[in-house]
Amino acid sequence: MSIEYLGLSEINGPLIALEGIRDASFDEIVELTVEGKIKKIGRIVELYEDKAIIQVFQGTEDMSLFNTHTKLTGHPLELALSEDILGRVFNGIGQPIDGLGNITSELKRDVNGKPLNPCSREYPRNYIKTGISAIDCLTTLIRGQKLPIFSGNGLPHDQLAAQIVKQASLGEDSKEDFAIVFAAMGVKHDVADFFRRTFEESGASTHVVMYLNLANDPVVERLITPKVALTAAEYLAYDKGMHILVILTDMTSYAEALREVSSSKGEIPSRKGYPGYLYSELATIYERAGIVKGCKGSVTQIPILTMPNDDITHPIPDLTGYITEGQIVLDRSMHQKAIYPPINILPSLSRLMKDGIGKGFTRDDHQDLANQLFSSYAHVGEARALASVIGEDELSPIDKKYLKFGIALEQQYIAQGLTEDRSIIQTLDKGWQLLSILPKEELDRVDTKTLEKYYPIANTETIADKE
Amino acid sequence: MISLIGKIYGINGPVVYISGNQGFKMGEMVLVGKDKLVGEVIGLTKDKTTVQVYEETSGLKPGDDVISTGSAISVTLAPGIISNIFDGIERPLLEVAKQSGAFISRGVNVDSLDMSKLWEVHITVKPGDRIYGGTIIAEVPETSAILHKSMVPPNVEGVVTRTAPDGKYTIHDTIVTFTDKNGIDRDLTLTQRWPIRIPRPISKRYASNRPLITGQRILDTLFPIAKGGTAAIPGGFGTGKTMSQHQLAKWSDADIIVYIGCGERGNEMTEVLEDFSKLVDPRSGNPLLARTTLIANTSNMPVAAREASIYTGITLAEYYRDMGYHVAIMADSTSRWAEALRELSGRLEEMPAEEGFPAYLASRLSAFYERAGFMQNLNGTEGSVSIIGAVSPQGGDFSEPVTQNTKRFVRCFWALDKSLAYARHFPAIQWLTSYSEYLNDLAPWYITNVGEDFIECRNQLLSLLTQESQLNEIVKLIGSDVLPDDQKLVLEIARVIRLGFVQQNAYHPSDTYVPLEKQLKMMRTILYLYSKAKQLIDMSMPMSILKEEDIFEKVISIKYEVPNNELHRFDDYITMIDAFYNRIITKNA
Repeated sequence: MSIEYLGLSEINGPLIALEGIRDASFDEIVELTVEGKIKKIGRIVELYEDKAIIQVFQGTEDMSLFNTHTKLTGHPLELALSEDILGRVFNGIGQPIDGLGNITSELKRDVNGKPLNPCSREYPRNYIKTGISAIDCLTTLIRGQKLPIFSGNGLPHDQLAAQIVKQASLGEDSKEDFAIVFAAMGVKHDVADFFRRTFEESGASTHVVMYLNLANDPVVERLITPKVALTAAEYLAYDKGMHILVILTDMTSYAEALREVSSSKGEIPSRKGYPGYLYSELATIYERAGIVKGCKGSVTQIPILTMPNDDITHPIPDLTGYITEGQIVLDRSMHQKAIYPPINILPSLSRLMKDGIGKGFTRDDHQDLANQLFSSYAHVGEARALASVIGEDELSPIDKKYLKFGIALEQQYIAQGLTEDRSIIQTLDKGWQLLSILPKEELDRVDTKTLEKYYPIANTETIADKE
Repeated sequence: MISLIGKIYGINGPVVYISGNQGFKMGEMVLVGKDKLVGEVIGLTKDKTTVQVYEETSGLKPGDDVISTGSAISVTLAPGIISNIFDGIERPLLEVAKQSGAFISRGVNVDSLDMSKLWEVHITVKPGDRIYGGTIIAEVPETSAILHKSMVPPNVEGVVTRTAPDGKYTIHDTIVTFTDKNGIDRDLTLTQRWPIRIPRPISKRYASNRPLITGQRILDTLFPIAKGGTAAIPGGFGTGKTMSQHQLAKWSDADIIVYIGCGERGNEMTEVLEDFSKLVDPRSGNPLLARTTLIANTSNMPVAAREASIYTGITLAEYYRDMGYHVAIMADSTSRWAEALRELSGRLEEMPAEEGFPAYLASRLSAFYERAGFMQNLNGTEGSVSIIGAVSPQGGDFSEPVTQNTKRFVRCFWALDKSLAYARHFPAIQWLTSYSEYLNDLAPWYITNVGEDFIECRNQLLSLLTQESQLNEIVKLIGSDVLPDDQKLVLEIARVIRLGFVQQNAYHPSDTYVPLEKQLKMMRTILYLYSKAKQLIDMSMPMSILKEEDIFEKVISIKYEVPNNELHRFDDYITMIDAFYNRIITKNA
């Protein structure tokens, strides 16, 4: 039934054009054979009558206008799925690269996925304890959330992600139904290795599925990597009832790849050369996090992106922030002060935390405490700015206290060890202890009753103090 | 009629080309391919017809059929709209979920509204009555809060010949028959259809002189919006646009809320659905969902339908306005809609203007915002459509084209500020850059209905906040200790205003909604404290002595301490302030 077409009419970067094609459909996958041996996969991205523009995932090296056979498959890119994918390593388009053979399964899914009906979503409410104070208290991670890490080159985002994975999943609640889907787009070999080692050391590697598109792998392939990974995640979550944590790194490489392909297609660029549909493309990835009503599992996403030139207003972090439910922002000056994790708490945010914390989830004072820490720390910035003009000695006594509070917050609260796993109670108590540096009147974000209840314990010896 | 059929020639994302001119009309709705995907004709030349498709186009093939429907993209208007949730082209998402499961499939064929549900119908016309476009022919209790009034479609008139008795009918049963001016008998049902891109006709426009009361202090008092007004809420991510929209949708005193989630997060729509079915409208005691309709075209749903969702929303709003209701639209976010325009424009290879946006961005925005207004309807009733559009400027930079063009067409500008949001000061509306052009139009209403001194108090508050920002420039350079005492007092009172008045806690039961009367009393109390403290300062009492007392903190916490139904307790605060004044005098005389 399948006709093979010989030859091409045009090759332009990752795109090829084929004429005289019949019965092709939009978004269909084609198989390409170069000189009878090299197999490649491509996707139809534009179609005019009998002319198809095909995006080749593995790059167009070795191809000429005459040596390529093209075969239509009749369907969009599909991924074979079974529980055997756990513990396996695949390339960016879902082919095994660990030498353990193919996944054979009847079940195949379109990697593009379909939009989740808002009526069928379950609103996420269960918090995930990460053991990191800055996250647990101030930007709480919720199961089913998409919470990206905005980082820069050279900042320890990988370590932070690895620590979250270790402490969140494999701490006290370690259960069979937990798994990690790891998708690497254009990352360095060392980074991929680091994650592999981390998963092995923590004994989680049988619960990890890895999709690796490394920095020297074909650029176009990474456009499909997150979709492949999320298809696997959705399968494990909604068909198998598992709680899935998806790490996507690095979204910047993904967006760069999108720009590269867009420009070779000759599309009209919008901001900084990125195509106008960057927002929609990112949304189809991020929106695949969530919980489906009536299903046991969930998909939680932690995408990592490196902000070009540490610029949070760059289109990639900017559009990401508009789609994701908050962000954790890493800061270079904090990193230079040797604070790990170097989380700049002011621009960091978790939109879903309001419904997943407080009485019945963490503790009744959590929201007030978080608001107060944010608000007081914002004042620290003002006091520091003033101190840099008039000198620290000239500051009013209250501003001096703020400076002291700022340093304590950074050194004792945000900073913690790479393996330090704080309980939520420790985290909250420590927060009150810090607030006790400031006089009670300054704590204007806390309900009077809450203040009465928790401010005194901050002054006495607390659990955190006895450590 | 014979439907026209074209053949697909090319496919590029959501844009499909048909070769040749098959006689399709501009703006016409077409069905594309085997799955009959909904599309709209957006371009015609002699050789090529361009169609934008409202669904994912994967799997379409050149040569597939494109069938015309003969009418423009329209919405179905009948009982069943309220409490429902639709996608961008009025497909009910609950029905879609029943057919295709948790994930939305393509080409789902569902009716916009429930065709089999029987409604309790009361007919309001009788044989012999002359009817015109807009005449109310029947009343249907649609939800516990809303009485649906079915009307004669615009541009139709005649004499009623027969009516059905009151009883239970579906939305396509004939309830009234009339003879039109050509003597032809025609039937009317509870249903009418209207093209989404055309405003529904009205008889005249009124001035906007009644406020849309929101219960949010910074809006009602400092930057009010009128019923029938337009407002924009611009802000970078994390500044609380969606939160502000939710607060407005919950507490504003409109009769009906149309909430458009345009290219936003799926979980947010779920949250609105859950919250609104639980929360109770403080005025009517009904669940908020009984007055709300939701349009959810989340960011991962097809981009062309995102473009249409704004128009679908406003057409539904205009329909309810025609019944004599006050409708408020929350459009979250208009930037996503503008980006959908840009995306489609790019696919059409149009010449881009600023930042890749098409040159017609401004005219599309103005056409949308101008559909708001306080109107006299064709049937003589009065109703209004107010539009509150969120804007998501790229990088939080208000100089980008969508914010700038929106600013030209709205009269309220509620600018959200990143540094306020970072300090968790919510609502993060920056009082120095925001404005409302309705203030003068609404002043008479406030003076007659709330209090004669309302506007005066409001102006004093804003002037104190402005003075504070000027003083802060000095403080930044030399610190606050060196300021003279009267300026220190201004800083202190401005702090009271910021924390005690401007800041509002959406999660606190008595602070999430505040009636106008309490807003006025709060202002009076703060200003009374200021005048008393000023007298003390004028007697050369230093600020440090005043600060020894906790009266400032007490006034800040009024918002939590005085519940909305115990406003008499404000007298205690006046007594407290007097006592504070006397104590200082006796101690330091």
